Amino acid sequence: MTAAAVSELRKAYGSFEALRGVTFEIHAGEVFGLLGPNGAGKTTTVEILAGYRRRDSGTASVLGEDPERAGSAWRERIGVVLQSSATYANLTVAESLRLFAGYYAKPRPVDEVVELVGLQDKRRARVRTLSGGQKRRLDLGLALVGDPELLFLDEPTTGFDPAARRAAWETIRSLRALGKTILLTTHYLDEAEQLCDRVAVLREGRLEAIGAPAELAGAEPATEIRYRREGERLLVRTEDPTRELHELTGRALAEGWRLEELEVRRPSLEEVYLSLTETERE
Amino acid sequence: MRVLWHELRAQQLLFWRSRELAFFTFLLPIGFFVLLGSVYGEDEIEGVKGSRYLLAGLLGYGVAATAFAGLSISLVIRREEGILKRLRATPLPPATAIAAMLGSTLVVYALEAVALIAIGRAFFDVPVPDRLLSLALVLLLGALTFAALGLALTAFIRSGEGSSAVVNAIYLPMTFISGSFFSPHSFPRALELIGEILPLTHFIRVVRYVLLEHGQIWSRPGAVSIVAAWGVGGAIVAIRYFRWEPREG
Repeated sequence: MTAAAVSELRKAYGSFEALRGVTFEIHAGEVFGLLGPNGAGKTTTVEILAGYRRRDSGTASVLGEDPERAGSAWRERIGVVLQSSATYANLTVAESLRLFAGYYAKPRPVDEVVELVGLQDKRRARVRTLSGGQKRRLDLGLALVGDPELLFLDEPTTGFDPAARRAAWETIRSLRALGKTILLTTHYLDEAEQLCDRVAVLREGRLEAIGAPAELAGAEPATEIRYRREGERLLVRTEDPTRELHELTGRALAEGWRLEELEVRRPSLEEVYLSLTETERE
Repeated sequence: MRVLWHELRAQQLLFWRSRELAFFTFLLPIGFFVLLGSVYGEDEIEGVKGSRYLLAGLLGYGVAATAFAGLSISLVIRREEGILKRLRATPLPPATAIAAMLGSTLVVYALEAVALIAIGRAFFDVPVPDRLLSLALVLLLGALTFAALGLALTAFIRSGEGSSAVVNAIYLPMTFISGSFFSPHSFPRALELIGEILPLTHFIRVVRYVLLEHGQIWSRPGAVSIVAAWGVGGAIVAIRYFRWEPREG
């Protein structure tokens, strides 16, 4: 089942073409990642899908409706966390969530949301007293309080410390387990690898690659074997790592030399991503 | 309807929790009334007791502070912080959001008017107005007009930090020139002429007519239509240019 689909999406701001014909589909129940450097068109894509921006051309369908024309009933079913949006500083966490819950026909209980985003200790704290990370968690809570089917998260962990990122990942995993469809943008490759069922790599408004993170990384056929021999760094790329390793270790044992710092690895998503997005940069 | 009520209550909570807003838009007109009333409440202005004359002027200052300045400053700040943008992603209909803000403004101004009248009665011997229907109608007209102008003004303010500077630069001179605190007849001719254009001058004139001459709002169609015309103009600009999203870059 398709939760959202765009086809040949184009958008320009003046002479700057933010999107130059982007096509992809998001399946219901998956975590879909939009990857790409700054200015690649990630936020523009999210804002078009969430109904904030009008596209110049192409088609877009989100939960069966055109986001440009969708109304309140459609907004009941989506949740949006943008990169920078404050909320009322003078309300408490619980008050903010209750306020937003009141906008929806079937909200999720406020206590449940508080727990889901880990703000139990801050229920009665005014928003102005929260730390940056706590505010981001409240942002997520406000997007979840309507119990949406589809969640848009624009760079949900930017600026988080490592522990806070892990916690946010756990929350996103638990949302996925609840059957939510999630579109997230990120420029952290490990985040995409950890969380996303599929990722799309954008560069300069074009889709460069799409697929499961392992699939994208696997598109590079060779396995790399690295080692040092008498101070010299050696790298072997092979399609048949079992045989290659067997021969290498056999020779080393027979001839009595050491394979210093031996390493066998597949290219990571990061390397694929860098090769996709940075090859033509100056 | 349920959502409108929910949002209206939230707007009230937000207003009273914001001390700056509550102080500048609600308490300041009351403070000025007490202060100026003590200074020249016993004098005679244009043949009327000073405190009675002042009450009408401060109902005018109150409408400018509450519906015009307070509303536009808080809306610009909410817009620039991205709060309005976030609201757009919820099922809260935009018309309901605006209606709740207007409704909340009317509540604050109604309380302000009641407080001013009560203080006038208690401390300055100002009789309670007898044309209550006319008074309510003219105050409602003023509140809606200045709220529309406040909404329109948000379109021309670019940053949250700059909002109170811009708004104050417009509304403080306006309240002076329109005669909120003194009789405009003591002003230089040029200022008096500018005052003739401003909606607040005509609003205060109708309030004085209702309060001091026991007149009815419908006996002053000229002034009422000038105020209403400003309101309609403001509403047109607001509908055309009101933005939910922060200005980027």
